[in-house]
Amino acid sequence: MKLKQFSFLLLAGMLAQAAWGATQEYHFANGLKLIVKEDHRAPVVVSQIWYRAGSMDEFNGTTGVAHVLEHMMFKGTKKIPAGQFSKRIAAAGGKENAFTNRDYTAYFQQLQADRLPLAFELESDRMEHLNLTDAEFAKEINVVMEERRMRTEDKPQALVYEQLMATAFQQNPYRRPVIGWMNDLTQMTGEDARTWYKRWYAPNNAVMVVVGDVKPDAVFKLAQKYYGKAKAHILPLRKPQEELAQNGIRRVTVKAPAKLPFLIMGYHAPTLRDPVKDWEPLALEVLAGVLDGNDSARLNQALVRERQIASQVGGGFDAIARGPGMFMLEGTPSEGKSVSELEAALREQVEKVKTDGVTEEELNRVKAQVVAAQVYQRDSMFYQAMLIGEFEMVGIGYKAVDQRLKGLQQVTAEQVQTVARKYLTDGNLTVAVLDPQPLENKAPRKLMPGVRHDN
Amino acid sequence: MIIKLMRFLVALSGACTILTAYAALPIQHWVAPSGAQVYFVENHDLPMLDLSVDFAAGSSRDVPAKAGLAGIVRHMLELGAGGISETEISKRMADVGAELGGHFDLDRAGLSLRTLSNAREREAALAIMTAVLQQPDFPDSVLQREKTRAIAGLKEAETQPDFIAGNAFSKALYGTHPYALPEEGEVGTLEVLTRNDVADFYRTHYTSNGATVGLIGDVTRAEAEAIAQRLTERLPKGDNPAAISTVPLPTQAVTNEIAHPATQSHILIGYPGIKREDADYFPLLVGNYVLGGGGFDSRLTRDVRDKRGLAYSVYSYFMPFKEAGPFELGLQTKKEQTGEALQVVRKTLRDFIERGPTEAELKQAKNNIIGGFPLRIDSNKKILEYLSLIGFYQLPLDYLERYPRSVARVTLAQVREAFKRRIDPDKMVTVVVGGPEVAK
Repeated sequence: MKLKQFSFLLLAGMLAQAAWGATQEYHFANGLKLIVKEDHRAPVVVSQIWYRAGSMDEFNGTTGVAHVLEHMMFKGTKKIPAGQFSKRIAAAGGKENAFTNRDYTAYFQQLQADRLPLAFELESDRMEHLNLTDAEFAKEINVVMEERRMRTEDKPQALVYEQLMATAFQQNPYRRPVIGWMNDLTQMTGEDARTWYKRWYAPNNAVMVVVGDVKPDAVFKLAQKYYGKAKAHILPLRKPQEELAQNGIRRVTVKAPAKLPFLIMGYHAPTLRDPVKDWEPLALEVLAGVLDGNDSARLNQALVRERQIASQVGGGFDAIARGPGMFMLEGTPSEGKSVSELEAALREQVEKVKTDGVTEEELNRVKAQVVAAQVYQRDSMFYQAMLIGEFEMVGIGYKAVDQRLKGLQQVTAEQVQTVARKYLTDGNLTVAVLDPQPLENKAPRKLMPGVRHDN
Repeated sequence: MIIKLMRFLVALSGACTILTAYAALPIQHWVAPSGAQVYFVENHDLPMLDLSVDFAAGSSRDVPAKAGLAGIVRHMLELGAGGISETEISKRMADVGAELGGHFDLDRAGLSLRTLSNAREREAALAIMTAVLQQPDFPDSVLQREKTRAIAGLKEAETQPDFIAGNAFSKALYGTHPYALPEEGEVGTLEVLTRNDVADFYRTHYTSNGATVGLIGDVTRAEAEAIAQRLTERLPKGDNPAAISTVPLPTQAVTNEIAHPATQSHILIGYPGIKREDADYFPLLVGNYVLGGGGFDSRLTRDVRDKRGLAYSVYSYFMPFKEAGPFELGLQTKKEQTGEALQVVRKTLRDFIERGPTEAELKQAKNNIIGGFPLRIDSNKKILEYLSLIGFYQLPLDYLERYPRSVARVTLAQVREAFKRRIDPDKMVTVVVGGPEVAK
């Protein structure tokens, strides 16, 4: 057993070197940071720009504006009219899109490697010269509301998650949904989006990540050409808005059209701040692996396979975030079982870890998966770029990608038990439940041959 | 004239780039002694191995009274094999960081494996995979439990508008053709499945001569040969899979409206589309990019989303199968504007079928598909999917090399003619789940 663990550690160390040895970091006078990782396996490149401006930076009344602005970024500049950004990338054989999260907003292009200049030309232009008109805004805000209906309003489990966050967090901005509250979307104006753009879109609030079949110094020169002259802004002070200790269990119920109930339990827990010294967030990640890292891990084995109290269970913890963390357990009770029976069974699993700890076998299994994942992630340039970008946004830097993996290898069974005892407590817990409502029992209309609705 | 010639050159130069990229991807093909077809790409860049084994055992192999059986069989493979319990199977895979996955659609069912290529990890993972494929135990207690779970999942899904729409669409489009059978089965058909049904289906569909093995990664040709043989030598022997019947074309338009309390209507419009081997494959593929396959670059997105803000997602696609897979156009929109959205998409579709793309749109579509080709094969995971596809559908070994050239050759006349001949806008299937009262 000892020997096995040693070989894992060795392997991890070797891979780390090979995987990240070719990563270069550049700093521009205007505050922009560029990170380039060479990967010559295919003649392609992924280019991403990350702005440290996510829904956690929003204010009440304009929730969702970070994401709305992401949509507006495709609506043209003085030089590049609306729609032309996408057209030109598509003409070059590229794929492009963007994503907004609590912590950041990011934009990306994937292209043949020699077409990288086009991505830089277009992306640098909209960093400073977005032409955000009220006319375009008025149309696009409807698209965003449709997006909210599709992702949240009509998805019972998404509504439960939204309510869990809104209940568990009261001071911290993580309580607000990334897509925004519907009422704020209906009241939003073009000016709200312009204000957001002016506040956060600047080179000193951005990190560029390029992964692919490129030479770092050439990418740096290219970036200098396109981004070198962008002007830095004075960025507003970000206030921590730390969540007070919860001191007592919280419960919330959501009614929505569905057949089966559903349950999420969220425990406040710390995220990674110092990638060298912090071990608690890593021990929580390992704990999540012990509970739900494979089909025979504790939750599925005990609750779905053996006791058959749940038709589905899960658990997870994300240690990488600008804000506070939440250790989650979730599940759907089997027919005839209630959410409270499922909650009791999940808590029982938590208590077992607190009382009896975890085995060396379980620990080694999680670590073996970490080692393998480290190799597998290199199969995707996009995913490698994602990791670099996320770690940069959180403020711990891309080198922490490696440090985290090393840290995970060093987590002990005792540490896993310690964090379970410290954080998975009732005082720290919020429980959100879906109370399924029957659909109106209208019989579906029969197929109607010949019925047409043109005009 | 000069402009036309230039366009041609652009398309060609795109194709040339791809050919260079493709040269680094030689596919080796052989038939294993077991009878399995094997497709292999040797690549030592990363210390890992990806492989898949596929069979003609998808949902179209079900019979209506036992719909869902094919899916249950594929799922049950991993839940006990060669005397190794389901618990041990997932533990042993996790112990070496290996990932067991799978694939299931109308035509195909299969298993995939991702493992480190290091001898210790690879051997442990392959030992499990070998048992799972060739000696599944199908324990009765596990089957009963999984049936109960599948039924619960189905009852839940049947309350959700996207699932309701998808099922109603398949039924209306395919009628009594096996492509109408729901992949997840139905509550009633799942309830009656027995262990004998499962074992019989396995014996007749998971045969060695019907198996397609794809491998890419850090092993030699000799190792790949041994692995492919080991994974298939003890599979059941049997006949080649029977042909799937031709999909009949609709004789009249069909509209199915289903009430639902959701805030949005889910709209699907479609028609039987193309086969994997189909003379119209490339004209329809390139044409559909312009209609609704090109994302932000498509007419549907322009008309429905950009101009009117009616939907977040609107698309059209051809999903080719052994026989005609669906041509499907879809969107979700606020219930109150269902009628308006329907009108817009129908007009866009009709205009496109009548007049086809413009010269500029065709050029844009070709540039994107050809220029984007290297992105389709930039990882082992993506290449494995192509190996499985080429093998299962018996496509030519140089399919990937031909692909950009075939796209480059498509003409405006071909696109127009193919859409007109293949899609009849007067006989479409339409499904609206949500607000039927406003669909009129």
